[in-house]
Amino acid sequence: MSASVAADPHLDHLREMARRIRVEVIRSVYHAKAGHLGGPLSAADLLAALYFHELRVRPEEPRWEDRDRFILSKGHSSIGLYAAMALRGFFTLEELLTFDGANSRLQGHPDMTRLPGLDMSTGSLGMGISAGMGMALGARLTGRDVRVFVMLGDGECQEGEVWEAAMAAPRYRLDNLVVIVDHNRLQQYGWPGDGPDGRMAPQAPGELVAKWHAFGWRVLHIDGHDMASILDAFEQAAAGDGRPAVIIADTVKGKGVSFMEGRYFWHTRAIKPEEYAQAMRDLGEPDPAADPQAAVAPEAVR
Amino acid sequence: MTTMTMGRPQREVFGETVAALANDDPRVVVVDGDVGSSTRADIFEKAHPDRYLQMGIAEQNMLGVAAGLATMGLVPFISTFVAFAVVRPLDQVRVLIAQPSANVKITPSYGGLSTGQTGMSHIIVDDIAIMRSLPNMAVVLPADDTEADEVLRWAAAHVGPVYVRLGRDATPRVFGPDHAFRLGRAEVVREGSDVTLISTGGQTARTLEAAELLAAQGISAHVLHVATVKPLDIDAIVAAAGRTGRVITVEEGTVIGGLGGAVAEALGEHRPTRVHRIGLQDVDVQSGPNDALLDIYGLSGARVAEQVRRILAQG
Repeated sequence: MSASVAADPHLDHLREMARRIRVEVIRSVYHAKAGHLGGPLSAADLLAALYFHELRVRPEEPRWEDRDRFILSKGHSSIGLYAAMALRGFFTLEELLTFDGANSRLQGHPDMTRLPGLDMSTGSLGMGISAGMGMALGARLTGRDVRVFVMLGDGECQEGEVWEAAMAAPRYRLDNLVVIVDHNRLQQYGWPGDGPDGRMAPQAPGELVAKWHAFGWRVLHIDGHDMASILDAFEQAAAGDGRPAVIIADTVKGKGVSFMEGRYFWHTRAIKPEEYAQAMRDLGEPDPAADPQAAVAPEAVR
Repeated sequence: MTTMTMGRPQREVFGETVAALANDDPRVVVVDGDVGSSTRADIFEKAHPDRYLQMGIAEQNMLGVAAGLATMGLVPFISTFVAFAVVRPLDQVRVLIAQPSANVKITPSYGGLSTGQTGMSHIIVDDIAIMRSLPNMAVVLPADDTEADEVLRWAAAHVGPVYVRLGRDATPRVFGPDHAFRLGRAEVVREGSDVTLISTGGQTARTLEAAELLAAQGISAHVLHVATVKPLDIDAIVAAAGRTGRVITVEEGTVIGGLGGAVAEALGEHRPTRVHRIGLQDVDVQSGPNDALLDIYGLSGARVAEQVRRILAQG
């Protein structure tokens, strides 16, 4: 990236929001003693770009009819979505600490009946793209200028339903539908391979690009951690050419936390106090180890 | 013996009624899984080509698309076979439709055994058991063409997920034009005093036929038609059980967890009564002409009458 782009205050703001999403993900999962980490961290830049740049939403009016829709089809990354929504003002940062708890609005996987602002319940993989296709069709049929964004995981693309939808959406020329694949090249366990901890990526590099292209989609392949590239892809996707668009965003699982990056076993895991301190240091937060209260009760940090 | 007149096939009613509904209601759309020429969604397609949404042979996506359409204020009616609406996309129905109470109308035809000589892949006998176990899901099996038309009109106005099992072929007409369907209301379709027969869907016509045969042999059967298996009309079932003290359920489906299960649960809690269940007795199925299959699996009028006599004779 050139220095001029790096100095763009809007991009800087988005990068800061991505950093804060990551901080809230670590804090919430540390507090809940459970939750997914690798996926929310890989998707944080994309979520920041969606919630602070691209999506037309009204946090104070979450059921606004003409809002853009967003479906986190990879529902296990829910805490990343909740962090983005809290930072955007849908609810307070304090509520993030209820994540995964009984009677919380912030369920382990997104439940649209509990939390206004969630456009679909997800968690059973492969379904979000179908629901998103239905929303895009519905917007078309009701004459509404609504765009629909769906985030899939690359592992999720092993579900047959993804390709059922991929086959059907181009037939309806749904260029108001944008699919984003968080291509972090790991999944919960995967196959034995030559990754840093002996597991391998769901697909070979370029394989997903070729598949979506073959299904008739407009494919935009980017670095999913480069904010300028993300915004550029959103802009291209918005200039519809009759085809639905898919943004294949190459990401790093666990991005931003040194000891989680590229490690499949940080897909979901509880964080130990010393790991929490290291993660916060990696993310540029004040060292929580200096404040024992913070490590014991993360809500006291803020 | 009175002879019942034949109604029109419920699948035809589906195409015609949903097309008629769409004339006045711009929210109504049909989502088809490539069987519109069988389910008669083709009638809807001719009337409303822009609102006929062909999803191809991909039922999981079809149910997910319907859930998305519903969130945008549309009222999707699903066109496929019962076998492909219930089990293959069951997870989509569970997560995207039942749990969030999406306003989707799951209205497949080719229910029960009468599927046009298709065999085990296309005959599903546990749809009632499965669908009634899902939260928020209403489960309705209309008796004939008259009631199918009423149920589809009710479904369009009702807010929430609905499962309607429709039939492929013409069955005898049970209800006249003055009939009024109400969700959750069971109806006495024949008065009697010796035994209470409870049935649902197209089976009710054959259960009435059985009652007629039994009457000729001096057995007075009270017949209750339960169109709405969920929510269940517990009061009507308790009252019908009280009429005779002896209950036999009859259904074109498995006796495990279906109408018989629902009735036994209700009576067990509200009025302990001996219940026998006529239906598929945990067996697999095969292809064959409708009448042959109904006879083999004990659901023709004559076979139902024979089983009722045997059950009563056992004391």
